[in-house]
Amino acid sequence: MDMTDFGPIIKKRKRQDALFNIVGIACTLVGIVALGALLADMLADGLSRLDPQFFLSFPSRFAARAGILSSWVGSLMIIAVTAAMAVPLGVAAGVYLEEYASKNWVNTIIETNIANLAGVPSIIYGLMALGLLVYGLGLGQSVLTGGVTLAFLILPIVIVATREALRTIPQGIREAAYAVGSTKWQVTRYHLLPYSTGGILTGVIIALSRALGETAPLITIGALTFIAFLPPSPVSTEFPFLSFEWIWSPFSVLPIQMFNWVSRPDQDFIVNAAGAGLALITMTLSLNAVAIVIRYRMRRSIKW
Amino acid sequence: MSVDSNAIERGDARVSSPLKSIARKGRFVGIKERFIEFLLFLAAFSSVAVTTGIVGVLVYESSTFFAHVPLIDFFTDTMWTPLFANPRFGILPLVTGTVVTTGVALLVAIPIGSIVAIYLSEFAPPIVREVLKPILELLSAVPTVVYGYFALLFVGPILQSLIPGLPTFNMLNAGIVMGIMIIPYVSSLSEDALRSVPMSLRESAYSLGANKIITALKVVYPAALSGIIASYILAISRALGETMIVAIAAGMQPNLTFDPREPAATITAFIVQVSLGDLPHGSIGYQSIFAAGLVLFAITLVFNILGIYFRKRFREVY
Repeated sequence: MDMTDFGPIIKKRKRQDALFNIVGIACTLVGIVALGALLADMLADGLSRLDPQFFLSFPSRFAARAGILSSWVGSLMIIAVTAAMAVPLGVAAGVYLEEYASKNWVNTIIETNIANLAGVPSIIYGLMALGLLVYGLGLGQSVLTGGVTLAFLILPIVIVATREALRTIPQGIREAAYAVGSTKWQVTRYHLLPYSTGGILTGVIIALSRALGETAPLITIGALTFIAFLPPSPVSTEFPFLSFEWIWSPFSVLPIQMFNWVSRPDQDFIVNAAGAGLALITMTLSLNAVAIVIRYRMRRSIKW
Repeated sequence: MSVDSNAIERGDARVSSPLKSIARKGRFVGIKERFIEFLLFLAAFSSVAVTTGIVGVLVYESSTFFAHVPLIDFFTDTMWTPLFANPRFGILPLVTGTVVTTGVALLVAIPIGSIVAIYLSEFAPPIVREVLKPILELLSAVPTVVYGYFALLFVGPILQSLIPGLPTFNMLNAGIVMGIMIIPYVSSLSEDALRSVPMSLRESAYSLGANKIITALKVVYPAALSGIIASYILAISRALGETMIVAIAAGMQPNLTFDPREPAATITAFIVQVSLGDLPHGSIGYQSIFAAGLVLFAITLVFNILGIYFRKRFREVY
């Protein structure tokens, strides 16, 4: 074959590459443009609604007077309960599976089970909580029930994040600590946990941002869509100054409030829905931004 | 340095021999260590308790449901009207709603997600990848109720102007938006799978005269296939269980059809609809959401197990 024959073939192959480059960029842009359109749409519809009065008013039959006070307070309370339960439990489980667990059938079952739980639809957690927590244990449609439900939901995310963070720590660190006489727990407590804090924190923040946006399981356990009062305050001027009465309070959360407003035909309530959506999306996206920054700084600062 | 070893260093005056002290300390440390390990094990085992709780509740509540509704009706009846005066309990319309919305979502997410993964892994300069990947992942950080709003009030009107006669609530709209939401599940995990294919495979292809795209499609993609299939399966199980987008944008009327232009209810939308109402605990309507939930759980369980299998296979190869 003559060498000159290769010219057109090479040209054709290069053209194929260039073409795919364009297709690839276009497809990547689909997602980014959709995200941009979504944000722009919410801003255009709801920005005018975001004034202090909107954050400090209870829901109302009149769109102009309605606000998101009870729902953002509800979201914060739920997240507090969720974090208090999911973080210790998830980190402990992650440490056990990554550092302690030997390969036996019990641990294989636990691992497969967690992988499966990560793929169970969120609404199924809601059904479980409805049958078990609301009626079975009699916890009612309370903040406690909602928080525990979401804690179960994000548990697999926290466990996986903990395990991945621990896995990046070189084996030499563990061996060095054992060599000077540390016990397993001392290695974990004084070396592994401090070194993996950044990775675990990233996972926890992303998990909590997911919990913040969850709607379906909370609707399923019967969270209310209309709440015109605040739960009892956690701090008081009288002894013992701290009160946990609020965990028994009924609640609503931002996404449920937004859903309630979206499903109304009245245009004024749509504007409220956009306002609530903006508040919600600002919270979840900033949590994710914090997680990205932590991950980025960690990658730059840690050199094993 | 821990307290225990400090005490050993100082030596204890009351103990005659320092060796004895260390031995006693050792026994205490051993018990403490075993106790901590037990606590950590309990934490890990709590996840099994959650699964047991899910299966237990679904089976228990459904069993009373199936005492009233024969299984054969449940799987063959073509009407789902559990809240009507004359109730019919055929799950088929809810299943078709779920399958059609999931199908539309996958038609959007799998091609786009795969091309994005190949582009980011094989073509994009590292700096572009480092910037674009986290931005794309933000798509999965947007709450689904916000996507519902976006579908109903932004994508819906656009689709209606493109397809004449399209109703306000339709499965096409919900499915497309759901597809956009799950793009990052496909693209991120597939990209990880593609990138873990050893460089030598690519270099062998290049040395035979293959260009980048041929190498990506004929060598790298097949080599990463089990990891990529795992990402597709994750996307399927995400779409099957997605609730708020379909509840807001697809309508809530059970409708036995495979036409995505029609409104229909999915299993998840039905559960939300019933939960929003005020059904008495223990009524047949209340139990029907657990029966519907059991079907959804069973379907996603199959996909989850497939996903676990493919992920494990991929990890074994590389």
